[in-house]
Amino acid sequence: MKKWNKYVWANHSASFIIHLFLWVVALSCLFPLFWMLRSALMSNDTIFIDKSFIPKVIHFENFYLAWTEGNFAMYFFNSVWYTFWAVFGIVIISSLAAYSISRLKFPGKNLVFTLFLAAMMIPLPGSFVPLYVMMNKLGLINSRMGYIFCMINVGLSVSIFILKTFFDKMPIALEDAARIDGCSRLGIWRHVALPLAKPAIAVIVIFQSLNVWNEYILATLLLNDKNLMPLQRGLVVFQGTHSVDYHLLMAGLTITAVPIILVYLLMQKHIIKGLSSGAIVG
Amino acid sequence: MSEVPLIRPKHFSVTALKESFGSFLFVVPALLIFFVFYIYPFFKTFHLSFHEWNGISLKQLFVGFDNFKELMHDEKWWISVRNAGYITLIALTFQNILALCLALACDREIRLKRFYRVVFFIPPVLSETVVGLIWSWILYAGMQNGQHIGLLNYILGKTGLTFLVHNWLSDPKTALACIAIVHSWKGFGWGFLLMLAGLQTIDRQLYEAARVDGAGPWSVFVHVTLPMMIPVFLMVVILTVLGSMQVFVLLLVMVGEGLVYHTEVPVTRILAAMTGGYPQFGYACAMAVIFGLMLVVVSFTFQKLSDRVKQA
Repeated sequence: MKKWNKYVWANHSASFIIHLFLWVVALSCLFPLFWMLRSALMSNDTIFIDKSFIPKVIHFENFYLAWTEGNFAMYFFNSVWYTFWAVFGIVIISSLAAYSISRLKFPGKNLVFTLFLAAMMIPLPGSFVPLYVMMNKLGLINSRMGYIFCMINVGLSVSIFILKTFFDKMPIALEDAARIDGCSRLGIWRHVALPLAKPAIAVIVIFQSLNVWNEYILATLLLNDKNLMPLQRGLVVFQGTHSVDYHLLMAGLTITAVPIILVYLLMQKHIIKGLSSGAIVG
Repeated sequence: MSEVPLIRPKHFSVTALKESFGSFLFVVPALLIFFVFYIYPFFKTFHLSFHEWNGISLKQLFVGFDNFKELMHDEKWWISVRNAGYITLIALTFQNILALCLALACDREIRLKRFYRVVFFIPPVLSETVVGLIWSWILYAGMQNGQHIGLLNYILGKTGLTFLVHNWLSDPKTALACIAIVHSWKGFGWGFLLMLAGLQTIDRQLYEAARVDGAGPWSVFVHVTLPMMIPVFLMVVILTVLGSMQVFVLLLVMVGEGLVYHTEVPVTRILAAMTGGYPQFGYACAMAVIFGLMLVVVSFTFQKLSDRVKQA
């Protein structure tokens, strides 16, 4: 048995303080989300006055109201649509390019890679101004396609970088075998490289999904039509037009935040590994 | 060897040309998107910054450096830069010190370590719109039936700290601080994860050796941990500066229409010049150019510093 001398005491109180500190910070991360959920379950009459943690009467119908009358069904569908196609596009286009840069030969390929690398490094704070001008000229304002292409562009350089690094480390023997069997370059990309790159692609899918789902400014500039807006934009529009209906706004916020939190919790191992290995920076 | 040993002709041949053309086709979709959506806007920013243009008329008037000259004397612009600097300063100190303390606390055998790691990264995965709206609701200033509506003011009122009750987001003095703190709340998980990853790469034997030599916890921290962590710190600093200088969605959501120049940041100035009653696209681009240059200078300085540290 341990003797309860002053060193043990010092050790215990230090450990207690550390745990207390961690708990307070963890609580500060979770509490605002809890408060959002709680407020989403209150009625319009009680939300401004009642401060109890668990509402006396739980109004689940708020979610239904936000979903239908608040237009969040539409926003939600749009967000899913944009996220799916943008991420799909990013994976296909970046893996094609990364495979070619890593494994195939053509003149100027180092230049191409440097170009994408530079795009990753140079911050472009006001790029939405000329982008808006161009999209306007091309008639791509209020176009789903236009917005999806912009979002593909946002994720492209990072994904090419990640996949190129991955392909560089991949053993070449499998590809050689496929080539001897008469597989074309496109076939090797499709049947050998893509399946092998699953871990890297998983990282790209997760991070780009978060990125597209959470994007706000391009959605604001490029999409004015309510029927085309994704959730992030819809939230702000809703806040502007129904400034009194805080319970429905909170329900809308919950609808926006929950899918992201779920994806994060399910995928957190990949996310934390991807981040810690320094694969995703910037 | 990462190159595929394809057929390697010594001289020019049609087969080889076809080969490389075929390989080039793989990067064409990426290059096309890249040129249209990145390279063109990039150069267009410079081009427009020398013009005066309202975005609608066909005529873009060349004005040379006038936009830049005007920008140098634009008080609102420099106030917005200062505001972003203020947010960045709070993020650099408060957010990163918090992240470092948490990382140090988790860099040991501790119960619930994985739980903490998961929870601390929840705010970073949320969007700025969601974070901004949740916090505006908590910071809401206003009364109904003699009661504070916002949770923070309510708690302050109930605990007898009535003198602290405040219009947090409509007073320019506190609005910026609130935004900086909410921004730090959203961002500290990044620093935490990067620093924890950095701490875990430090060889435990170094600690062991220092302790055997009689170093206390504090001197182990100062003489072993800190020097080993400098590259990670520099990376976190670069990311924090780039991220915090460009904050603006939080401001749009939390302060919104009340956005006066006391609380503006460069990106909202650019947006305002572009979408205001009298749109000035050229001026907006001039701001973007200057602001982009500032960020590049900062990030390259730190990059160079980081390279030098790594070499030493």
